[in-house]
Order: sequence, then C-alpha cells, then structure tokens
Amino acid sequence: MTNTPTVSLKNVTKIFNPGQPNEVTALKNINLDIWPHEFVSLVGPSGCGKSTLLRLIADLTQPTEGTVQVNGKSAYRARIEQDYGIVFQSPTLYEWRTVAKNVELPLELMKYGRAERRERARKMLQLVELEGFENHHPWQLSGGMQQRVSIARALAFDPALLLMDEPFGALDEMTRERMNLELQNIWDRTGATIVFVTHSIPEAVFLSNRVVMLSPRPGCIAEIVDIDLPMPRAWEVREDPHYFELVNHLRDTLREIEGGMRE
Amino acid sequence: MTTARRAGTSSSERPSSRLPKPVRQALAFILIIVIIVILWEGLKWFAGDPWRPDNNPFGISHKPMWKLKIASDLNLPHVWTIIEAFGKPSRRNGPPLFEILLAASFFTFREAFMGFLIGGVLGFVLGTIFAHIRFAERGCMPYVVASQTVPILAIAPMVIIWLKAGWVSVAVISAYLTFFPVTINTLRGLKSPPRSAVDLMHSYAASKWAIMWKLRFPSALPYIFVALKISATASVVGAIIGELPSGIRDGLGGAILNFNQYYISGPQRLWATIIASAFVGIFFFVLIALLEKIVLSGRYPETELM
Ligand SMILES: Nc1ncnc2c1ncn2[C@@H]1O[C@H](COP(=O)(O)OP(=O)(O)O)[C@@H](O)[C@H]1O
Ligand SMILES: [Mg+2]
Repeated sequence: MTNTPTVSLKNVTKIFNPGQPNEVTALKNINLDIWPHEFVSLVGPSGCGKSTLLRLIADLTQPTEGTVQVNGKSAYRARIEQDYGIVFQSPTLYEWRTVAKNVELPLELMKYGRAERRERARKMLQLVELEGFENHHPWQLSGGMQQRVSIARALAFDPALLLMDEPFGALDEMTRERMNLELQNIWDRTGATIVFVTHSIPEAVFLSNRVVMLSPRPGCIAEIVDIDLPMPRAWEVREDPHYFELVNHLRDTLREIEGGMRE
Repeated sequence: MTTARRAGTSSSERPSSRLPKPVRQALAFILIIVIIVILWEGLKWFAGDPWRPDNNPFGISHKPMWKLKIASDLNLPHVWTIIEAFGKPSRRNGPPLFEILLAASFFTFREAFMGFLIGGVLGFVLGTIFAHIRFAERGCMPYVVASQTVPILAIAPMVIIWLKAGWVSVAVISAYLTFFPVTINTLRGLKSPPRSAVDLMHSYAASKWAIMWKLRFPSALPYIFVALKISATASVVGAIIGELPSGIRDGLGGAILNFNQYYISGPQRLWATIIASAFVGIFFFVLIALLEKIVLSGRYPETELM
C-alpha cells in the first residue's frame, strides 16, 4: 500500500464568475483525500457542487484557491497523462461511431495500434455484458446499455481512477439496481479507485467505502460517513439493519441541510 | 439482455405494408406533376384560348367560358405543345430541341458543379475559421452577411470584367451564391457538440486538431449537408445567371436568352428550357441527397432523404 492518496484536495475553493453580479461560490475550503481502491460517493442536494468537485478532479475546471492533486501530481498533469476515465450523466456516445468504435475512441487518441484497440474494446464490452453489440449504433441501444458502453469506454485504457457523475440518474429502477451490482463487480475486478456522484443515498451506501455529504451555498463537506458493511456486498445487504441505520442517518443529515436551506 | 436487444431493434422495423421509401418519394413526385398538369390544363379549359382539334391530342373543340390573359396559348402553352417542342428542331434543319437542351444542361451543370465546389470549399473554410477564431467571426461575419444582400445581377458583370468571360467567371458567380449557406451551417454545426461531448475530449487531453476531426466535423456533417442541398440548386441558378452577361451561348442561360427573343414565334421552347433547368437543379439536389444518405448512414433510425 502506498501512502500517496489517489485524489487529494487541499483548501479547494471554486468561485464562478468572480467579481461579477452572477458570482457563485460553488465550493468553499474543501479538504478531502481519496485512497487507492476506495469507492467514495458524493451526495447532497442539487446545486451543492458535486459535479463541480468532480470536474475539478478531472481538471475540466480549475480551482479558484487551493490545490487538486491526482496520484501525487497536479490535476493538469494527471489529465494530460490520462490517469482517469470519466462517465457523465448522459452516455455522451458519438452517434456516427459504432459501439465498438466509441469504446475505441480514447485508444485512438492515445495512439494504440488497431489490433490492440479491437481487442480491448471487445474485452471491455464483455466486462459490461454487451458482447455482440460491437457493430450496433448508439440509437439501437437502450439507455442502460448506452451508459454501459460509456463505462466500457472509460475503462478501456485501464485508468486507475474512475470519475462518475450521476451515471445512473436517467435509468429506471430495475436497470439501476443491475448496474449497481455490475459496477461493484467492475470495481472489484479492476481494482480502480472510484469517485461516484449520486443523488440516491441508498445507492451511495450500497456501493461505497465512504460517503461524503455536501451542503450548499457555499458547497462544503457536511459529513463523511464510513460505510463499514463487508465487501463485496450482495443485494441482500439492503435488508441489513446496519445498512438501514446508515441510510437513515444520512437522510437525517440531508434533511437538516435542506431545512437550513429553506431558512 | 434479450429483452433489451429486442427493444433496441424493433424501433427500426417499419410496418411491412408500406412501400419502400424511395418508391413512395417517386410516387409523390409524380403525383405532384400530375396535379400541376391538371391545374394548368384546367385553367386553360375554363379561361384559355379556344381548343381546336389540331392543337390538342384528343382532337376536341371547346370554347372556354371565360378569358384570362395569362391562360392564353402565348402565355401558357398547352402541356403537350411543350412536350412536343422537345422533339422538334428549334431551327430549320437543326437538331431536335432536346438535343440542344441536353447539351446546354451538361454545359451549365459543369459550371454549376465547379461553382458548387469552389463555394463549398470556401464556405467550409470560412465556417471553420469562424468557429475557431472568435474575432474573425465578429469581424468578418457582417461582411459575409452583407455580401448576400448585393444582388447577383450586380456582381455578375463585374466578375466577368475581372476574370474575362468564360466558364471560370460563371463558376465564380455561381460560387457567390453557394458559399454562404455552407459558411453559416458549418459554423453552427462545428459549434453544435454539447459540453459533455467536448469535455470528454478534454478528459483525453485531445488536441484542437483531434477535437476538430473526431468530434466537431462529424457533428457538423448533418448541418453541412443541409447547406449543400441548398447550394446544389442555388449553384445552378448562379450558373444560369452568370451566363447571361458573359455572352456564353452554350448553356441553359444562353438558351433562355435565345428562346426569350423568339418567344412570340414559339413560347413552348422557352417553357421547355425552363423545365430542363428545373431538372438540372433537381438532379444536382438528388445527387447530394444520395451522398448525404451514404455519408450519414447508420447514425439515426432513418436518414431522411431531402
Ligand atoms: N460553469 C458554471 N458557471 C457558473 N456557475 C456554475 C457553473 N457550473 C456550476 N455552477 C454553479 O455552481 C453550483 C454547483 O453546481 P454543480 O456542481 O453542478 O452542482 P450539483 O452537481 O451538486 O448539482 C450551482 O449553484 C451552479 O449554478
Ligand atoms: Mg451535477
């Protein structure tokens, strides 16, 4: 085990449009370390800065103050060196590419050879249980299948860090449950570190080692809860009294935050 | 998995009772022509010149109850008179009109095609520059828009003075009409990818070049094809207009001038030339629509032709 955190946020503040009338302090003074092979979920009311936090780690936006480090280097270097894979709420597949070609996109950009691209795309699609769909176009797939393709794409180059922004938000309940189990499986098999944004507390508790609750205006960490349920977790964990306790505890915290917002 | 697979593909299946799309489109096209012919001859039946046994294929005599000037045989020749005109020589001992029109159509199509290529490339390059360089868009776009408010009839003689009369100047005049829609739609199309699609590219540290060719350009293609279809027909108009002041007599523009001069002695010849011009435009449009279908195939459940 190393003692370098995979993600390290130090005194991170993010202000949009500083000095302008529409100035927004999206995040204020965030300190958070995420360790190798951890599964960390970010939850909280909408607008509390979950996506912004993820985009900061991804270096898709930069902090106003503080530092973001990934694998011991700057977030910028980590992005240039392709240390992470990212999954958005919408599958963001390119409709002119087939399923396999979508998975191969990052490999093309990283100059992998043709044969290796094919092989990896095949393996990744197998991992998300989409073998046989290589030559389909995105519109021929259901929403859940499209999101699985985008997960396969994020995993295609074996990133040690997977960033996911409400990846199952648009899915129906049944698909979502199946995807939860699949994601846990993928996490187990790949050994990746996962930062997972969700608005579902049960989902966060089921999947995570730690759940980070954010409160809004300005976005800061309200509470970090260790989920000490044994891994791997079967679906039945959801009937475990301790699971209920954790979910209820987080729900209470959320209610308090939302109560505070109304005042 | 199997249910998802079924759900995924069933939407692509069309009810089998319907005719294939190209057949439906061809039938619709024919139907519209039939309706135009009926309206045309209907107007002449009620308000045209008298029908004599020798001026209609049915050999009937008929006296319309009203009289409208626009429905006279001079202003609106009978459909069959126009069709007949294709087979008759336009000059004594000359070749039949359709041979002349066919040659003129090829000639004009070639000019239009060159103009389309020049305009298309220019439009794409301008749109791409504008999409990438903010101040170029701000600074130049007003002039690009203004260029389209100057009538082509004023531009055409100047181009001919600059470049000398010939197919090059005609192609340039045609390009003047075609670059604009391509510029506008290329710009819109290149800017069309949603933020997440661009973020995805940034997450791979993709270069501007890679983002252009792997994301922006493929996203812009449907927009660009909309413009190319407009440009295809506009380029034919541009070529015909370009021929008029340049003194070129081998194309459809020349034929229009010529038959316009002799309208009184044979109005059907000008009408036949108009039909030929329309066919060149339609042919070019369909050509681009087919290309679009091939290039965009697979993207959507059904790529729309037209
Ligand atoms: N690009 C941006 N420009 C201005 N404000 C932004 C931008 N992105 C997010 N915000 C603001 O920052 C806050 C946090 O947004 P976000 O991170 O998307 O929240 P969440 O994902 O938790 O719903 C919101 O108030 C939002 O309006
Ligand atoms: Mg969000």
